[in-house]
Amino acid sequence: MCLAVPGKILSVAGDDPLSRVGRVDFGGVLRQINLAFTPEADVGDYVLVHVGFAISVIDAGQAARVFEQLRELGDLDEAPR
Amino acid sequence: MKFRDEYRDSSAARRFADAIARTVTRPWTLMEVCGGQTHAIVRYGIDELLPSGLTLVHGPGCPVCVTPAEYVDKAIEIALRPDVILCSFGDMLRVPGSQGDLLAAKSQGAQVRIVYSPLDALDVARRHPDREVVFFAVGFETTAPANAMACYRARQEALRNFSMLACHVLVPPAMRTLLDAPSRRIDGFLAAGHVCTIMGYREYEPISAEYRVPIVVTGFEPLDILEGVLLCVKQLEAGRAGVENQYSRAVRPEGNRHAQNLIAEVFRIVPRRWRGIGDIAGSGLALAESYNDYDAERRFGCVRTQSERISECISGLVLRGERKPPDCPAFGTRCTPEHPLGVTMVSTEGACAAYHRFRGATVCKGAAR
Repeated sequence: MCLAVPGKILSVAGDDPLSRVGRVDFGGVLRQINLAFTPEADVGDYVLVHVGFAISVIDAGQAARVFEQLRELGDLDEAPR
Repeated sequence: MKFRDEYRDSSAARRFADAIARTVTRPWTLMEVCGGQTHAIVRYGIDELLPSGLTLVHGPGCPVCVTPAEYVDKAIEIALRPDVILCSFGDMLRVPGSQGDLLAAKSQGAQVRIVYSPLDALDVARRHPDREVVFFAVGFETTAPANAMACYRARQEALRNFSMLACHVLVPPAMRTLLDAPSRRIDGFLAAGHVCTIMGYREYEPISAEYRVPIVVTGFEPLDILEGVLLCVKQLEAGRAGVENQYSRAVRPEGNRHAQNLIAEVFRIVPRRWRGIGDIAGSGLALAESYNDYDAERRFGCVRTQSERISECISGLVLRGERKPPDCPAFGTRCTPEHPLGVTMVSTEGACAAYHRFRGATVCKGAAR
């Protein structure tokens, strides 16, 4: 029930902070999403969306961290013991 | 889909699993408190990638499952009124109350509508000014801001025919209750990533320190869960207990302040009964007094409360992580998603439903560690 899906903001409309909406692309499916909780979100950003609301802007730098961790694990594998 | 598919890579998952196997020297039991994570663990067989002795148990991570029967009864009582349209997330329709469920009420003529967002319920209220429109608001912290927004906007627009039956639950008090149980066998937690997207993770720090348990804020994809497990067992093996954030692409330490402010404006913290667990102090959200006019319980004077039906269902033990679904003698035989005995088989995010869907009814008893 806490499912949240990442999508890319294609456009933003509205000035009222409570009803500012974004057109968000979820792998080809487009939906209008309320941006009240992510006032910093802008066109091109990826947001996590839950029941029609963006709840977080995805940090692309942090998103790569899992794979950096994996590379470190790989180096560990190859290191002589 | 970006920020999703890359976290499902099977060779990367295998490397995390290998690292976990190299790290673990003793048996450990970790609990996730999120139905979405339970679903992913069973769907992708993540538990089967782990070394024997490292056990994942599934906690009360499904808000639909822990909503007490008395609230389903209240929703049914309200929905059966001829002037009411009751709006609900779809998952709630088959959750049993003490007598029946909302789907049965619908078949008796009650106006019950499934909505995707609480804002859809507001639209129904605007379109039907002659009807009372009630939104059945359940969920964890993740859903609370959206539901709060519906009430906030209703008051702003003076939408008098809208009200809310609020039965929200909060995760950290439930974690304390599980840790206080004499039968406790939880060595570490994977904290629910999207709950923390809203609330941050400062409130987990005292829990981790007091009970000496590692708590790792974890995402929902297979690589997220495996990395969360790795971080947790690294702490356990080193004798450390702290809060770490695996899901940093979405979770900031302080959470989402805009969402928290709206929760504080619209809701107040109350004691709440959790199905299968019991009463937990400070574990629920009800509407704040300033929103009394939008409180469906007050508007319709719900009073009926009845005890839960007694059956052979062990969903209470499953919700507390003390049993796994295949341990239940009724699993897959007298209890199936078509004919569920308990909530954990009803809700698609319930642990029993996940095992039934992805492991089959004939899952070997005891094979699920």
